[in-house]
Amino acid sequence: MNRIKKIFQNRSEKVIPFLTAGYPSKETTVKMVLAAEESGAAMVELGMPFSDPLADGPIIQEASLIAIENGVNLQWILEVVAEIRKQSEIPLALMGYINPVIKYGVDKFIKDCKNAGVDGLIIPDLPLEEAEEIVKLANESKICIILLVAPNTANERIREISKMAETLIYCVAILGITGGKGAHKTELKKYLKRVEEFSNCPFVVGFGIKERADVIEINRMAHGAVVGSAIIEQLKNCNEPVKTIRNYIQKLTKGIE
Amino acid sequence: MSYNQPDNRGHFEKFGGKFVPETLIPAINELEQLYSEIKDDPLFQDELSSLLKEYSGRPTPLYFAKQISEELGFNVYLKREDLNHTGAHKINNALGQILLAKRMGKTRIIAETGAGMHGVATATVAAQFGLECIVYMGEEDIRRQKLNVFKMNLLGAEIRPVTSGSKTLKDATNEAIRDWVTNVENTYYLIGSVVGPHPYPMMVRDFQSIIGRETKEQFAKSQELPNVLIACVGGGSNAIGMFYLFLEEDVRLVGVEAAGLGVETEEHAATMAKGEFGVLHGSASYLLQTEDGQIKLPHSVSAGLDYPGVGPEHSYLKSTGRVEYVSATDEEAIQSFQWLSEKEGILPALETSHALAFLKQRDNNIQKGENVVICLSGRGDKDVHTVADYLGKKI
Repeated sequence: MNRIKKIFQNRSEKVIPFLTAGYPSKETTVKMVLAAEESGAAMVELGMPFSDPLADGPIIQEASLIAIENGVNLQWILEVVAEIRKQSEIPLALMGYINPVIKYGVDKFIKDCKNAGVDGLIIPDLPLEEAEEIVKLANESKICIILLVAPNTANERIREISKMAETLIYCVAILGITGGKGAHKTELKKYLKRVEEFSNCPFVVGFGIKERADVIEINRMAHGAVVGSAIIEQLKNCNEPVKTIRNYIQKLTKGIE
Repeated sequence: MSYNQPDNRGHFEKFGGKFVPETLIPAINELEQLYSEIKDDPLFQDELSSLLKEYSGRPTPLYFAKQISEELGFNVYLKREDLNHTGAHKINNALGQILLAKRMGKTRIIAETGAGMHGVATATVAAQFGLECIVYMGEEDIRRQKLNVFKMNLLGAEIRPVTSGSKTLKDATNEAIRDWVTNVENTYYLIGSVVGPHPYPMMVRDFQSIIGRETKEQFAKSQELPNVLIACVGGGSNAIGMFYLFLEEDVRLVGVEAAGLGVETEEHAATMAKGEFGVLHGSASYLLQTEDGQIKLPHSVSAGLDYPGVGPEHSYLKSTGRVEYVSATDEEAIQSFQWLSEKEGILPALETSHALAFLKQRDNNIQKGENVVICLSGRGDKDVHTVADYLGKKI
């Protein structure tokens, strides 16, 4: 069974860190993913860097550019995933924009993802309207496409999105880009209640999540909390990225350093 | 007219579409809905027509350029979009879209700009309608287009310098989209070219198609149809505006891209010549990109053509072969700028100068005696500093 599908069969607190692949360096990515798992991460999102990340704020933009300068591309990321798979069964989703995937070849990419051991794909510039073809291909390879939902997504559309995604959807907590301020509490609650009611599948929440308290709060209302920019920020100008990841994710999962 | 692109999903076959974050879907769907309602609404069309006439000064003349025609041996007509209010074709679209923004009840207008002509047009219509206006502009473009920056300030717009990436139009567009994602509830994104997610490429084309409609009428007074239409292509709004109503006529259509230092170098913005299929800024089109699918930094002496993508409909028209896409270098554009100034007393925009350069290219295949219309998309005042720099002169 798909590893993402498997872990979402049970409702338990989940922390899902996002790491830009190849940031701060290519050498640390495998170690950071393994450290995240040891620190209690339920699943990891690996960012596929793109030159023009239009849903991302300055923190992830900068990490993406550095990763590109480090020579990161999709081939390399798939090698990294295969490397992780030798040592770990943690669910892995790749997150990135559609253009590099098109350039790689959508068909080939899905096949190579399957062979490497990728479980899911999150593509922020691929809404329901454009997702059909890739969802079909991914289904055939037992890879889930984790479609996004936003606070202004209408109820019926939430249902449609969750039907197409099948396994998991990703709720953007705010109207905005990554790395911004957190969501307004009562509004977030109302929004996630709507998602709970209309979604046919489990859902995780991301954007603006930084601390243990956010993780607890989000997990009460949803099936998992994604932490992105807050982690990438920790890695900026940091000498020991693996240790930093270990400490930060422990703080998020257990409240201890 | 049997040409009916795009389809109802906003696709020009494999090009176009709505490749945007979910947060923007409600906004573009609302826009699409509203546009389909008002498109044929006589009240809306009347309001727009009277603004175009009384505010912008349309129809713009179709001028027979006698001196250069004599030199070239064929007849050159200039469709004088430079004589519009704000000095370029950009106002045609800005007026159309500001009426939509008003109907949608939006209070805040954002725009991206390259050379600043679209920024000026947007700031102008926002001032006229009393709406807050924020223009994103690359730092590099702010440097080369100081005059337009100051104009936008005078018009009450806030200019937000963009320092990411190439610091030009591509990055200004990224920032405008990020702003839109964040402020989508009260903000209207007034896109300046036939790019972006559906319905923008279609809508901007429709607003710009007045260029071709007038040309057709004006030309019909003397003969039937021109033989060749030529326009410069960055995103491609003036070109599509000129070509659209001629797509099914027996008229040769030529789009001229920026070849920068030459298409054989790495320093150009010739998306049609060197681009590959991909997705940028919400739609699928040809793009300048690396082997890994990262967007390449384009180069052109003209800020308005300095863009790594091109409109989805142009991509489609290239794929069908209906429109020929060629290119002109920085050098050719500068020479044409001087040439038209000296011969006809008209300073063309550097963007437009690329279209003019085609007239002098030896392999342009224009026959003696043919009638050629150039879309003179904008005036060149904004470019005099760039031209002076290029020629090594101080002003």
